[in-house]
Parts: sequence; C-alpha cells; structure tokens
Amino acid sequence: MTTIRTLTRPEVRTPSTTKKWPIVMGFLAPALLLYFVFVLWPIIQAMHYSVYHWNGLEPLTDFVGFNNFTKAFGDPVFRSALYHNFIILGLSLALQLPFALFLAVMLDQNLKGRALMRMLFFAPYVLSEVVTAVVWRQIFRPSGAIDAVISGVSSHDFQGLWLANPKIVLYSLFFVITWKYFGFHMMIMLAGLQQIPDELQEAAAIDGASSWQAFRCITLPLLAPAIRVSVFLSMIGSIQLFDVVWVLTGGGPINASNTMATYMYDWGFERHHIGYANAVSVIVFGLSLLVALAYQRWALRRDVEGSLTAMGA
Amino acid sequence: MHKYTRATWFVVLLVVLSLVACACGDDTVTTTAGAEATTTTAAVTTTEAPTTTEPQPVTIEWWHIEVSDPGLSLWQDVADEYMAAHPWVTINITVQENEAFKTALATNMQAGDVPDLFQSWGGGALREQVDAGLVQDITDLAAPWVDQISPGALTMMMIDGKLYGAPWDLGLVGIWYNKTLFADAGVEAPIATWEDLLADVQTFQDAGITPISLAEGDKWPGMFWYAELALRIGGADVMEAAAVNQNFDDPAFLTAGEELAALVALDPFQAGFLATPWDTPDGSAAVLANGNAAMLLMGQWAPGTMRSNGPDLAASGELGWFSFPAYEGGAGASTDAFGGGNGFAVGNDAPPETVDFLGYISSVDVATRIGETGARLPVVIGSEDSVTDPDLAAVLAGMSQATYFQLYLDQAYPPAVGAAVNDAVALLFANAGTPQDVVDAVNAAWAGE
Repeated sequence: MTTIRTLTRPEVRTPSTTKKWPIVMGFLAPALLLYFVFVLWPIIQAMHYSVYHWNGLEPLTDFVGFNNFTKAFGDPVFRSALYHNFIILGLSLALQLPFALFLAVMLDQNLKGRALMRMLFFAPYVLSEVVTAVVWRQIFRPSGAIDAVISGVSSHDFQGLWLANPKIVLYSLFFVITWKYFGFHMMIMLAGLQQIPDELQEAAAIDGASSWQAFRCITLPLLAPAIRVSVFLSMIGSIQLFDVVWVLTGGGPINASNTMATYMYDWGFERHHIGYANAVSVIVFGLSLLVALAYQRWALRRDVEGSLTAMGA
Repeated sequence: MHKYTRATWFVVLLVVLSLVACACGDDTVTTTAGAEATTTTAAVTTTEAPTTTEPQPVTIEWWHIEVSDPGLSLWQDVADEYMAAHPWVTINITVQENEAFKTALATNMQAGDVPDLFQSWGGGALREQVDAGLVQDITDLAAPWVDQISPGALTMMMIDGKLYGAPWDLGLVGIWYNKTLFADAGVEAPIATWEDLLADVQTFQDAGITPISLAEGDKWPGMFWYAELALRIGGADVMEAAAVNQNFDDPAFLTAGEELAALVALDPFQAGFLATPWDTPDGSAAVLANGNAAMLLMGQWAPGTMRSNGPDLAASGELGWFSFPAYEGGAGASTDAFGGGNGFAVGNDAPPETVDFLGYISSVDVATRIGETGARLPVVIGSEDSVTDPDLAAVLAGMSQATYFQLYLDQAYPPAVGAAVNDAVALLFANAGTPQDVVDAVNAAWAGE
C-alpha cells in the first residue's frame, strides 16, 4: 500500500548542489556560530591561556611554554586526582553498569509494580547534582542517618566517618554517584531490551536454551549497542566528574577525593592561577577526547557505521 | 525559482536574528551608552537653565556578601538613606554568598567589569587587584572622612601606603569556650599558656568532654591554630620577615608545626573533624553551641554563626572568650593580635560618589548600627560603645591593646600561597604530613608565584 502511494506522489525536483549551498549554509549558520562562540572558541582560548603563568587579572605576558603541563604531571595532588578519576571510572564499569544491567533485565520481566519500580530507580537521576550532594552529606555526617541505622542494628554507638576518613571518602563518593546514575543506565539498557524481539527468546526457549544461555547468547549480544553507549557516557562522566564531589567533599579531606575538575577549580578560582588551571582543563579535555575517539574507533564503530555511511552516500 | 528566493530571504532573516541574539551579550556596553546619552542631555539642560544645580545622575554598583539579617537589611537601609539624601545617586546592590561572590568577582574582573564598591578582605588578593589596576587609589578622595577610622584598622585596606577602600569590621581570633563544660571539667579560664592548654585537653578528655571543635573541612580554621602558634613563638618580627622574604624558613614555623602536631596527637577534636564544615547545622559552630565541645578557635563572627546554627550560648551567658595562650619562651607577646575583618574596595571606574558613600558607611552613626548588630566589630572611632556583648567587648578591647596585627595568613599572602598554607596544615591535622612538609609546601608555593 505504502509503496504505491509514494509512487503516485508528484516527484519533488531537487535543486542542483550549487543552488542548495547558500540555503544549507544559511540554516547551519546560527548553530555553527553558537558552536564556535561557546564551544570552539573557549577551547582555543583555554589552550592559549594554558601556556602562560597568569592570575587572570594582569595582562597576558608571562609565557611559560609547557611548564604548566609538566608542573601538573609533577604534582602528586594532580596525579592522585587523575588516579581518583580512573578509580571512579573503573568502579563504574565494574559495579555500577552490571548492577544497572541486572535491574534492567529484572524490570523487563512481567513483574507486579514494574512501572513503579522503574520510576523509583530512575528518580535519583532527576535530582540535581547539588541537591544529591547536600542530601548525602547529611546522611553521611557523623551520627547522621547511616550511623544511626548501624548504631540501632548493632546496639552500640557507631560513627563511620564516611566523608572524614581519607581512606573511605572516595568510596562513599562512588556510592553516591552510583545511587544517582544507575537509574539512568538502567533506562538506557531497558530501552535496548525492548528492542529485542520476543520471537528470539521464544525460539531459544523452544530449542531448550536455559535462561542463562538465552541471556548470554541472545540478550547480551543484541543489547550490546545500548551497553556500549552506557559505557561511553559512564567513562566521559567519570573523567569530567565535578558537581557532586565539589558539594559533597570539596575534594577533601586532604585531597583524598579530588578529581581533575575539582583540582582545576581550586587552582583557578581559589588560588588565582588561571593559566595553570587552563592547562589542567586542557589535559582533561585531551583525555576525554582521546578516550572518546578511541572508543568511537574501536567499540562504537559498529553502531555508528550505518548512520555515517548513509550520510556519506 | 520564486519559492527558493523566499526561502533564502527567510534564512537571511534567521542569520540576522541569531546575530542580534548573540549581540545581547554586550548588555553593559548598551547601558553605558544610554547613560552617556542621559548625561549629555543633563549637561545641556544645565547650560540652558543655570539655576538648577542638580548633579549628573550616577549609578553605584555595590557587591556585598551579607546574605542574612541583620547585615542584609542594614546595608539596604544604609543605601536607601544615602539615595534619599542624594537623589541623583542610584545604588544597585548585588548580594552573593561568600564563595559565589569570589567566583563572580574573578569572572567580572577578567572581563574588565569591576563593581564600583565590593567586599574585600585586604591582603594578598587586594594587592593582586592593585597590581592589575582594577581598584582605585582613594587616598585623596577619602581625606575628608578617613580620620574617623582607627588607624590600625585602616592599614587593612592600604597597599604600599595608598588607600583603596575602607574597613568596616575588624576583630581578632581567640578561643571561644563553653563556661559550663569548663566548670564540669574543672578547667579554669582563661588558659594562660600553650602547655596548660595541652594539659587541659587531657583534663577534658578524662571528664568525657571533647576539648576542641574544629572545622577542618573548610581548612582555614586549622590554619588559625598554626598561625597563632607561629605568631606566639616567632613574634611580630618573624611574621613580618616571612611576608617580606616570602618564605617560612624561620625555625619558628617549624616549631609551630611541631607544637600543632603535639596537639593533634592528643586527638582533641570532635569525630569527623576533617570533613566538618564551619557554618552548617552540623558544622563546627554548632558543635560548640550544642555543648558538644569545650573550645573553638575562631574570629569575632563566631557568636553570630553559632546563633544561626544552634542554641544561643551567648544569650544564656555560657559563652566566654579569651585570647590565644602565650607560648613559654616564645618571642611573641600575648597582646600580638591575629585576625582580620571586612572592608569595601573601590573599583577602578567607580564614580566619585562611591567614595562619598563609603564615607557615609564609615560614619559614627552607621558604625554604631554595625556594632549594635552584635555580629560585627566596628572600626570607627566613637562607635565602641555600640558593642554591648561582654565577649565581643573583650575582643574589641583586645584589638585596642594589640601590639601587632597579623592578618589571616590565607588573606595576607597571595591566594595560591594562602591556599598552600591551608592545605599543608590540613595534612598535619590528618597526620599525613610533617612540620617540615608545611614549611616546604609554603616555600614552594611562594617560589611558584
């Protein structure tokens, strides 16, 4: 039916490419302009500032070449911040995403109250990062909600120092990040699960596949695009982590929960070493870009191939 | 063909619109142009009718950080009064919380858009602004009223002998204590020497009382302990030499670190002090106010912060104050003061009315009202009687007897050096650094300036 209708429609004549260009450019111009002013230009500026020793107030005269970069990598505080970013990244991939996948698979079944649970699990993601951090600071504080629960259960006065112990704080932080984002990743995977035709599962069941076999050989491969997107977002998010950390711990105590972004903010706005902070931001940008490009190249290629090749044709 | 022409026009229109939208970023420029236009008209009117002596209308952009009462309404009242007396002056107030203010000010300064009158703590940050030409030398303009301010306080807003603003609150850091807990433990106030303090920590602990409340989550309260010790051990000369020579090489700084480490080793602070903030309902001020610790080393604003985060100890007469204990064999006198305060700096493009308005803020009348808030210590001569609270009066007396005044280290030094002091001292408090590390970190930060 549809085919016939399309054929009977009068053919739209496409204008030649040369005539099309001004119009294409015209439509693109506003977006390109904004992109240049608010994305490309700041990146170029940051790279420019990053080679100066500059407090942000005086003229830009003290050129130091790559000193800011060597200083950053020579600073144990920056190296530990970098390390913290990658710990969060590793934990996110190892714990948070499998947890989200598990929940997604569970909530893809016909459960009672499924919609309610989906909503509940997704709710933390809707909260702003600052609200999340403020709430969790109250829960984590000495004699706060967590300590009260543990004290109640164990019937002796317990104080956990969840944020005050430099050895624990990073994991408390990871817990909050997981709490906030697992619902988001669960949703991505849930959407992916719903793309998988039921027929395949039925066919597998008829062929006598166990539920684990069906999961491993049907669900997982067909869910791979969704998982790859989740992994990608999780990696970039971990590298750029800032808001929750800044409000929850300020990077402390004694820099034990610093990330590259809080380190950058500290040097830029507290210490007025704007040039150095820009160098750090360039490093963060470079790392993100590297991770993004490598991931696009090796992992996401299959997912984007269709769209990109179609566009080229 | 006709169809595409219309489309092209539509696109051109879109581009123009988007450009116009982008141009909105230059808001300030437009406003200034408008203001200039108005001024010109006013000037023309004056020439036509010489009888009118109405001055040209001016606007003062005023940024302050008093986000809560009584300060918030006091500044609003002061601005309203000034505007009523000077109808051609408009004062635009922007109120921001401390940290947000600092960030916004830095951004505005980079854009060259400096507020006419803004919160300042003097010291290293003010020096950076002076070096960059962002603040105005008001030495001459302020001459008519500057004598009202006590000379010691005025130095806070002076760089190399020139005045760039005016202070309106200045106090010193000392030990606030809970009289009931002192009585319970049998400790006598004031604690006279550092050795006594270390011994009393033990006494408190034996009585099951947390000796000291500390907000190390904010880092600067820990710096207070280090700075007070350095001042008592090294004295005025060492502190001045450190600022001039830009290093902590004097042995007094090492000793200060060692003494502080000795205090930390006693574990005298409330649980989780490394992450405790200063001014939240679960913060360090609230710990003292709720009777969960006996002592707190803090500035003159402590009673106000305690009041807004917990029970009012001052009102119930349980709050006491004494200056930091002496250090036996130290070069510093117990009257050497460590503290700081609040001032307003004048921006480089501020109209002359700004300085006149600052003179109004520095009048005995306004200063008296500042003192009456019970949260601040005015610096204007003749307004001392407005401080009725006995503890704050003691702080004020300490100020007037001060033999030397050392500004908070994180404000006296360039911001990066100040932050390095705070960070290095925080490591001492966490048992993660040595006294020598503090000296090395500060010297390295100074070398990096």
